[in-house]
Amino acid sequence: MIITHPLLGPRDAQEFVYLGDASLIDRPDGMTATPQEMHDYAYLRDNPAGEHLELWYHEQGDRSWLVVTRNTLTHAISRVELARDVARAMGRST
Amino acid sequence: MRYSGFRIIKEALTGHKGWTSAWRNPDPQPAYDYVIVGGGGHGLATAYYLAKEYRQARIAVLEKSYLGSGNVGRNTTIIRSNYLLDGNEPFYEFSLKLWEGLEQDFNYNAMVSQRGILNLIHTDAQRDAFTRRGNGMILHGADAEMLSRDQIRQMYPFLNFDNARFPIKGGLAQRRGGTVRHDAVAWGYARGADERGVDLIQNCEVTGMRIENGRILGVETSRGFIGARKVGVAVAGSSSRVMAHAGLRLPIESHVLQAFVSEGLKPFIDGVMTFGAGHFYVSQSDKGGLVFGGDIDGYNSYAQRGNLPVIEDVAEGGMALMPAIGRARLLRAWGGVMDMSMDGSPIIDRTQIDGLYFNGGWCYGGFKATPASGWCFAHLLATDTPHKCATAYRFDRFLKGRMIDEKGMGNTPNLH
Amino acid sequence: MTQSNRIAGGQIDRSKTLRFHFDGKAFTGHPGDTLASALLANNVRLMGRSFKYHRPRGPISAGSEEPNALVELRSGARQEPNTRATTIELYDGLTAQSQNRWPSLKFDALAINDRFNAFLIAGFYYKTFMWPAAFWEKIYEPIIRRAAGLGSLSRLEDPDSYDKGFLHCDLLIIGAGPAGLQAALTAGRSGARVLLADEDFRMGGRLNAETFLIGDQPGADWAAATVAELASLPNVRLMPRTTILGAFDHGIYSAVERVSDHLPEPLPGKPRQTLWRIYSQRALLTAGATERPIPFENNDRPGVMLAGSLRAYANRWGVAVGDKVAIFTNNDDGLRSAVDLRAKGIDVVAVIDPRQNRPQLPGFHHLQGAEVVDCSGRLGLTSITIRSANGGLETVQCTALGTSGGWNPNLNIASHHRSQPAWNDTIAAFTPGMGGPTNLTTAGAAAGRFSTHGALSSGDAAARAALESLGLNAPAHPLPEAEDAPIAITPHWYVKGKGRAWVDPQNDVTIKDIKLAHQENYASVEHLKRYTTLGMATDQGKTGNVIGLAVMADLTGQTIPETGTTTYRPPYTPVAMGALAGRGRGQDFKPKRLTPSHKWAAEQGAVFVEVGYWLRTQWLPRPGETHWRQSVDREVLQTRKSVGICDVTTLGKIDIQGTDAGTFLDRVYANTFSTLGIGKCRYGLMLREDGIVFDDGTTARMGQNEYVMTTTTGACCRNWWIRTSRTTPSPIWPPVRSPSGACAPGCSASRFPVNWPMKSPCPPAMATP
Repeated sequence: MIITHPLLGPRDAQEFVYLGDASLIDRPDGMTATPQEMHDYAYLRDNPAGEHLELWYHEQGDRSWLVVTRNTLTHAISRVELARDVARAMGRST
Repeated sequence: MRYSGFRIIKEALTGHKGWTSAWRNPDPQPAYDYVIVGGGGHGLATAYYLAKEYRQARIAVLEKSYLGSGNVGRNTTIIRSNYLLDGNEPFYEFSLKLWEGLEQDFNYNAMVSQRGILNLIHTDAQRDAFTRRGNGMILHGADAEMLSRDQIRQMYPFLNFDNARFPIKGGLAQRRGGTVRHDAVAWGYARGADERGVDLIQNCEVTGMRIENGRILGVETSRGFIGARKVGVAVAGSSSRVMAHAGLRLPIESHVLQAFVSEGLKPFIDGVMTFGAGHFYVSQSDKGGLVFGGDIDGYNSYAQRGNLPVIEDVAEGGMALMPAIGRARLLRAWGGVMDMSMDGSPIIDRTQIDGLYFNGGWCYGGFKATPASGWCFAHLLATDTPHKCATAYRFDRFLKGRMIDEKGMGNTPNLH
Repeated sequence: MTQSNRIAGGQIDRSKTLRFHFDGKAFTGHPGDTLASALLANNVRLMGRSFKYHRPRGPISAGSEEPNALVELRSGARQEPNTRATTIELYDGLTAQSQNRWPSLKFDALAINDRFNAFLIAGFYYKTFMWPAAFWEKIYEPIIRRAAGLGSLSRLEDPDSYDKGFLHCDLLIIGAGPAGLQAALTAGRSGARVLLADEDFRMGGRLNAETFLIGDQPGADWAAATVAELASLPNVRLMPRTTILGAFDHGIYSAVERVSDHLPEPLPGKPRQTLWRIYSQRALLTAGATERPIPFENNDRPGVMLAGSLRAYANRWGVAVGDKVAIFTNNDDGLRSAVDLRAKGIDVVAVIDPRQNRPQLPGFHHLQGAEVVDCSGRLGLTSITIRSANGGLETVQCTALGTSGGWNPNLNIASHHRSQPAWNDTIAAFTPGMGGPTNLTTAGAAAGRFSTHGALSSGDAAARAALESLGLNAPAHPLPEAEDAPIAITPHWYVKGKGRAWVDPQNDVTIKDIKLAHQENYASVEHLKRYTTLGMATDQGKTGNVIGLAVMADLTGQTIPETGTTTYRPPYTPVAMGALAGRGRGQDFKPKRLTPSHKWAAEQGAVFVEVGYWLRTQWLPRPGETHWRQSVDREVLQTRKSVGICDVTTLGKIDIQGTDAGTFLDRVYANTFSTLGIGKCRYGLMLREDGIVFDDGTTARMGQNEYVMTTTTGACCRNWWIRTSRTTPSPIWPPVRSPSGACAPGCSASRFPVNWPMKSPCPPAMATP
């Protein structure tokens, strides 16, 4: 697979480490969340057959975190963003 | 119809006109007591044991494609019970015992072949870990044996003993492990279930679930609504898709695992071998093909096909272990969808919806579990209590911190 | 015996003679020959035995689709089992031996299986060998395994090396027949970066096997001239002897180049084969088509071949497979074989054509409405039995029979992403369907365009479309004139009869087996395949699968497209494990990582232990110490009494900087690090998101906003989630402000070669202290 990095252009997916569902960005505050909320966050996944927003880490590149929108049925990638930008848009980062 | 050598002789002398259909092609009834979603190994085994061991009737298996079209027909056919943890080992040992009598039980030769499985050891730390695992297996009534480097050299003189990046230092053997002809497992259970009145309905995809007041009433399918008192879902890689019809999210991700077969070769690998320093395992089928595999590709996928890096990685493992296979040829590579759970162990449990039961999260290891999975799921469906060998396979183990994590990788399914 | 079947013409170099041995017997051939063409030139038709019944077999084809003529090529550690004689390029001194027979190819004891064929029906082993239970492993299975397999490995280490490489291109063209050559010409002249790969050692595809004119020159000459022009273009890379194995995601293809297989052994410093990973912007499948036979009783005898391959042996290799030849065809291309063979001076004794509405082929014994129903000649064809339109039977003496049931486009690569092929009634075959690999198109016979004109024009058009989508312009140039014969085929899938007619010759799957599968309700194509093993042999059903589908469709009353196909999987043809592994074997399987003290320790006679990719000193034995406990006890006591040094280079080291670095560490560890004094260090347990300990180690505070963390050796790489760049920090733990971790130079993460499996760029987690 080839991931078109927003800063670095097309890169082989081999350069990245895969973390999984990008909903992991939306982490509850561990000090206030209920155990059930933390459980749902840590363990439950939508696991869609189709478009999937997922976190890839550019381990062998610039070590940025990306949110890749990839179709799990076809592996087609329709969007790649810096995870920082996604987190900012969610109001989770400055 | 009972299969036997005598039957073959009789049919051969009379032009093979007497062979009957291995299973019927029934139209779905309006309602059943039990609807099993998924006509793979686990679903078919569940239906078989429900009918045979738990004496239940009015059972249907719904399969969106053909019987055995999922992972039961696309795996590396290995059976073993060499687990470490309490929640797992009794279950897999139960499964191995069921394999041992399976063919006579369902009168179909699935070629259960206890040729032994050998986990190679390459470091002292690995030897410690495998010794611990072997002791755990023995304590649970399974067999385990530590082999020395010399013993292994006698078994497989062509392994890389002399110029290996990770030298072979020994191995953990389970002599009762081995291989089974995978399709025959699906067909044997299918035929046995059909004989006991189970309706096996192919090309029937579940498209929805009818749930009222927290109770399941049946499933919507591509062949219309089918009512059910109890619905058991055993759909492996499609678990999240099917359970989403009931509004449930699962502790599961679907990943692609590739497997491989070589051209047919004169036999030279007797049993199953796993390479402890690379992601590679291999056996040789009764037809002569090397059947081998390695790691999952590592990303969510339902595409049923893999990518090149893992193919190369697996071949490297193979060549590092057995430099003699350089001139053997890879014949076919395929990919299946694995229901990777958050701790690498399965779930056989009720759901919060009355009458809806779930069996999944088998990761890349579901084949060897087929008989016990079917038996335990049938037990749960019939009695509403977990089978004694499957009490740990609960949904709530994640909330309660009772994960069964053989590899200690936690909620990163692609690392299990 | 000196090439008694050699006739005039062909693309072989008669000025040189090559000597070779098959089963210990000496033969001669010429450069340009394959092992099969050279053996056929020497009147050897018997080259192998089938898998189950051990029936005598000869080649049916002249290419990589060959199911029968499999041999063990070379000897000693270079022995290659199951090698297709039809693709082995002849070299001087070649040795090959037949396989899966004992004691000899002509007299094979296991041919006894054929006598018991009535018992060895499809899937017979599922129904027996169950009683008594203990006998399966002790008696039945050992007997089965003794008979299993085809060729054998030497069990010696492969002495050759294999390389890997990356290639990038604008347009990858798969197959160098007329469509591929024309596409390469169009694209090459436009300046695009073109890769043209072909599995054959001679580019040109079917043009080399045909007598067609392109413009005013023979097709083979046009191909040679086109190859010469392409070779002169710096932006075109020609890759003969290169098979595209599979289509992967995002325009990536794998290919194997047989660098040295046409030589007795690789030249010094050269690999045997190279695995290419090709990154393409666009790809074009012009892989041609494969002829299929028409099964009839005993159609597996040596000498019964595909009509187009008889033509290829005559035209390309100057070989008359038989002195008297018959053709059995349901299409006009088969008639062409008859005409070509006669033009080469071969006696075509009969043309058997099940169709009744075609014009009589002038000058031929053209039997319309007729079928071949049987044949004779156990070790080589001697006669065929023909049932004429009026039902009468006639026996005709001949030593070769060419059958043609039509041609199947080679759509495998287009289907590797599981797209369903589309049925085309005009050619009575599947063509590539929708949903294939992105940016892959098809042209020529692979797309069902069987005429030479169709190949040239569709190749040109496909190349133009690909270039246009890349924003490149192809200069206009006229296409040369070429034949444009219409397709004329009336499907005749098999000859009905009581005897055995082979559909998958290698695995011995006959029409009867397919009927039995249907009778027992293994009627889905996948059940059919798995129950009968149809299409599971080394040829993966390239000639037989569609026939099997047609037979099943006939039985179920469905159409062939309703019946469906099994899944096409990579590789396109089988590929050596050595090529897939490349240099990653032996000591080079994984990198070896040494600590700064390694050299010193080695000089002290240290015993090392593998920890991931590291070699770590385990203990340092002194003279006289015979057990490791003696050394270790001495070292422990020594350290207790005075001092010991431990080289912890292997530990992971992560530099953490940022205004909230302390808060960040508080979240990583179970204990607190924000309160750690500058210049101090502290031990801590690292927790996963679910509160479970996953690593431990010490972290030192170097400054107000600066820490250095250590991790255990094995877990270093698993801590990648802590490492993150200054510009794009981890999104998961805001509002921590800009903590960023960077590996110290010693950390493995900074040194990985590019091709580790992506799931973890670190060694397999072996238990480490």
